[in-house]
Amino acid sequence: MASTLAEKIIARAAGRDEVRPGEVVTVKVDLAMIHDSGGPRRVEPILRELGAPLFDSSRVVLISDHFVPGDTDEGARILEMTRAWAKERKVAFHDGEGICHVVLPERGHLRPGMMVVGGDSHSPTGGAFGAYMFGIGATEMAGVLATGEIWLKVPDTILIEWTNTLSPGVVAKDMMLALCGRLGMDGGRYQAVEYSGTAVSALSMQERMTLSNMAAELGAQAGLIAPDETTQRWLESIGGGAGEWRGLATDPGARLGAHHVFDAALLEPQVAAPHSPANAASVGQAAATPVDIAYIGACTGAKYEDLKAAAGILAGRKLAGGVELLVAPASRRDQDRAEAEGIMRVFEDAGARILPNACGICAGYGSDRLGENVTCISSTARNFKGRMGAASSKVWLASPLTVAASAIAGHIADPREFLAEASS
Amino acid sequence: MTGRIFLFGDDIDTDQLAPGQYMKGGIAELAAHCLESVRPDFPAGVRKGDILVAGRNFGMGSSREQAAEALRHLGVSAVIARSFAGIFYRNAINLGLPALVAPDTTGIEDGDTADLDLGAGRLHLIKKNRSIELEPLPENLRKMLEDGGLVPHLKKRFAAGMEKPTP
Ligand code: SF4
Repeated sequence: MASTLAEKIIARAAGRDEVRPGEVVTVKVDLAMIHDSGGPRRVEPILRELGAPLFDSSRVVLISDHFVPGDTDEGARILEMTRAWAKERKVAFHDGEGICHVVLPERGHLRPGMMVVGGDSHSPTGGAFGAYMFGIGATEMAGVLATGEIWLKVPDTILIEWTNTLSPGVVAKDMMLALCGRLGMDGGRYQAVEYSGTAVSALSMQERMTLSNMAAELGAQAGLIAPDETTQRWLESIGGGAGEWRGLATDPGARLGAHHVFDAALLEPQVAAPHSPANAASVGQAAATPVDIAYIGACTGAKYEDLKAAAGILAGRKLAGGVELLVAPASRRDQDRAEAEGIMRVFEDAGARILPNACGICAGYGSDRLGENVTCISSTARNFKGRMGAASSKVWLASPLTVAASAIAGHIADPREFLAEASS
Repeated sequence: MTGRIFLFGDDIDTDQLAPGQYMKGGIAELAAHCLESVRPDFPAGVRKGDILVAGRNFGMGSSREQAAEALRHLGVSAVIARSFAGIFYRNAINLGLPALVAPDTTGIEDGDTADLDLGAGRLHLIKKNRSIELEPLPENLRKMLEDGGLVPHLKKRFAAGMEKPTP
């Protein structure tokens, strides 16, 4: 029978020939990712209580990102216990190398077809590589670490197809904000979203990661993209391989829970007003809203591709008076590459302050949290009240290009105006 | 079990349930601020056995399970909603807090007293003598709730001889 990509991965992990939506199955987990916030400090007491060793330490990856660089007493203490745990439990550990969702694939841990759990709500990011990856809480993670298994209700597949191609100045982040606006934050119904269409196939891996990452904002369990040659080339470029990926795709005629079609060519840059990603609208509707802080950061919006696109807007320009631009590259590897290509130089010349490769103010941690009544435009995924700092702060979500354009203008601005200027 | 109903709207998020700035303290401190941004009298007013009834997408946002833990700490006996955010739903059941879907919650009012029958999948409004149907829980989750959550459930399985993985 025709199956969806999600059903194929789940069936394999459940040791079954096929599965159907609504069935509850137990699957074997190929990989579990945890970070310093929800990881060792929360799972270790439960593992002790259960008296269980790790099911397989070679299938566990620990990444420190939420409390890096440890500039508060609390943060420093948590990092110390995270490091000790990595040694004691003998797991792969990436310390201070960047944000977990970006580090996990770039260090070669993900392959198409894998069943993966992550102790973080943006775990659907792994779906960009054709892995079924979803987020769970700490108690459930402890259960996975002790047994190597987890239950799943086989999801419906919600196919989101983007036809045509994106216009210049419009990127994956705009696609996701538009989807949050149209479908709402429960549009994904905790089912599997799958992105397809010519505009998706044309995206780079890091742009695809942005789509999968924000499946979380749609309330989906997973955000899948069928692997293709782009996936294979990327995995090979980091020194890994894609394995047997052909056939990992939704069969023609497979039963879908829903099928939405959007025209990428009609999409304009988007911004989401405080305090919900679902408050998305075209940038023109918010133009001239003054901003104090522009933030290019997070797994969603500060990967190499994001930095490069933002630098394209900023090159040769200066920040507007009174605006502070903060740039927290999502990983050390991405920052190194941006450095080598002169991209970091563009940020420095424009007057930006460069922050560590960590979650930073996206998670509301550290000394740069937003102060009272500050208005911020941010490349992150969420703008819930008080998430990035004071409850009185206001966060607008946008693409890294729109954040850069707004930093130059001093108010929310359309990045396409700067593209046009650059080419004239 | 019998409890009073606290009624909430759609899209209650994890930052409202477990506000970030109190996450560093213990669960008691966090629970004392649970939902106060939506309803200031909630943390002090809720009593053991009370039942939360909410609209769509209850518990959306982060994977922090303190969102469910805070409710359990306050003595809430169950959360009933028209729909749940997936991670919250899993976290609640894992922590032994029943999370139940009621496709139609019309007629339920704040302050109603109700009997919750988990086995029958029904919420009975006592004064109104009216029953609200709840979607049945899958078998595996019903067992986990009976055991008191995932940790006691796994303990039982380990004790019953399910091999622990070899290190
Ligand atoms: S950068 Fe933000 S969204 Fe990404 S993992 Fe860190 S806290 Fe979560």
